[in-house]
Amino acid sequence: MFLGVLFSGGKDSVFACKRAMETDSVVCLITIVSENPDSYMFHTPNVRRTDLIAEAMGLPILTWPTRGEEEIELDDLRDAIAAAKERYEIEGVVTGAIESVYQAARVQRICRDLDLWCFNPLWQIDQVEYLRHLVSEGFEVIITGVFAYPLDESWVGARINFGLIKKLESLQKKYRINPSGEGGELETFVLDGPIFRKRIEILKAQKTYDNYRGRLSIEVARLVEK
Amino acid sequence: MILIVDLCHKPRSLSKREFVDPIAAIVRRAGSEYEVAHFTELTEDAIERSDRIILCGTALKDNLFAEEICQFAWIEDLDKPLLGICAGMQVVAAVFGGEIVPQPKIGLEKIEIVRETDLLGPPREIEGYHLHNFGVTLPPGFDLVAGRPGQIEAFKHSERPVYGIIFHPEVRNRWIVEQLVSL
Repeated sequence: MFLGVLFSGGKDSVFACKRAMETDSVVCLITIVSENPDSYMFHTPNVRRTDLIAEAMGLPILTWPTRGEEEIELDDLRDAIAAAKERYEIEGVVTGAIESVYQAARVQRICRDLDLWCFNPLWQIDQVEYLRHLVSEGFEVIITGVFAYPLDESWVGARINFGLIKKLESLQKKYRINPSGEGGELETFVLDGPIFRKRIEILKAQKTYDNYRGRLSIEVARLVEK
Repeated sequence: MILIVDLCHKPRSLSKREFVDPIAAIVRRAGSEYEVAHFTELTEDAIERSDRIILCGTALKDNLFAEEICQFAWIEDLDKPLLGICAGMQVVAAVFGGEIVPQPKIGLEKIEIVRETDLLGPPREIEGYHLHNFGVTLPPGFDLVAGRPGQIEAFKHSERPVYGIIFHPEVRNRWIVEQLVSL
């Protein structure tokens, strides 16, 4: 089946893309670029860098703008998916949704209206187990945003490895942090992985942090041969 | 051993990760052994050695299982607990003489449990995640357990532990699968 992946450049959409590639043909990535940093639907930090990931993965990308207003942004998402259906003849859409009924139900309705299949290969996955798979399958993921207590500045820009997963596990027990950031606690960016033909090297990034809210904005990055 | 039956459009599909694996994870965490089989690859041996069976749901656009109801004739004489989830409930209804009817619903909605059963407990209101284009009519010999005629949320065979629920218990109602394991 020809599939398009709703793509933010974060670990969930990249890993969902890998899962889709294992069974079907991913023919395009679909990225919604929101002007609203607090979008209800769309991952925002560094989303403009998804073109670089698409190039690293050797896939075409359809980038669609939205003002990011609640519910209105769904019309933009529908238009983007409809455009992907027409341009790349996709038969279905893949998302990286794990727990969010809000996001999943809305994408399901759009797919139903457009007569497309909808796939959520990470749906209800155990978050710690998932993070371990991500690392053991060779993905290089950095944290580009933290938005919850007690995540301090050291988390911004950190790489997800087995040690960091252990820390997230203990924060889950103590502070009810979702280890994969499903509650909006973390945002991530993927630099390399088994579905990447080239890896991404960050040359310049700006770190900001204040009161348990921090971001790593990638300013200059390039593709490097593997 | 729990037999988990995959109703997706083909064996080892992308949908399996969404509709079958989460059910298997609940069963595993509940401490029970399980086996997963696609409905086209199901053997008499697997049915025989199981002590409980779960028929999983599938994607909204996937109706292949409904064209293959004859492959589920074994359910009719089953004497062990069985739970049909969404597509699985539609299979149970069709096997026992009910109908699969258009009834699209997506998202979280209130569910009124109207009859006490071992699986869902006493009458009360719960909230469940719906993802279906089709619902069912009540087959002969079944009792309405949740919802109302025309919007059946759950049913049970009046004499045997054969259940169907149209909503997805892997979202916010994992206790239902855990309860089946301990029936």
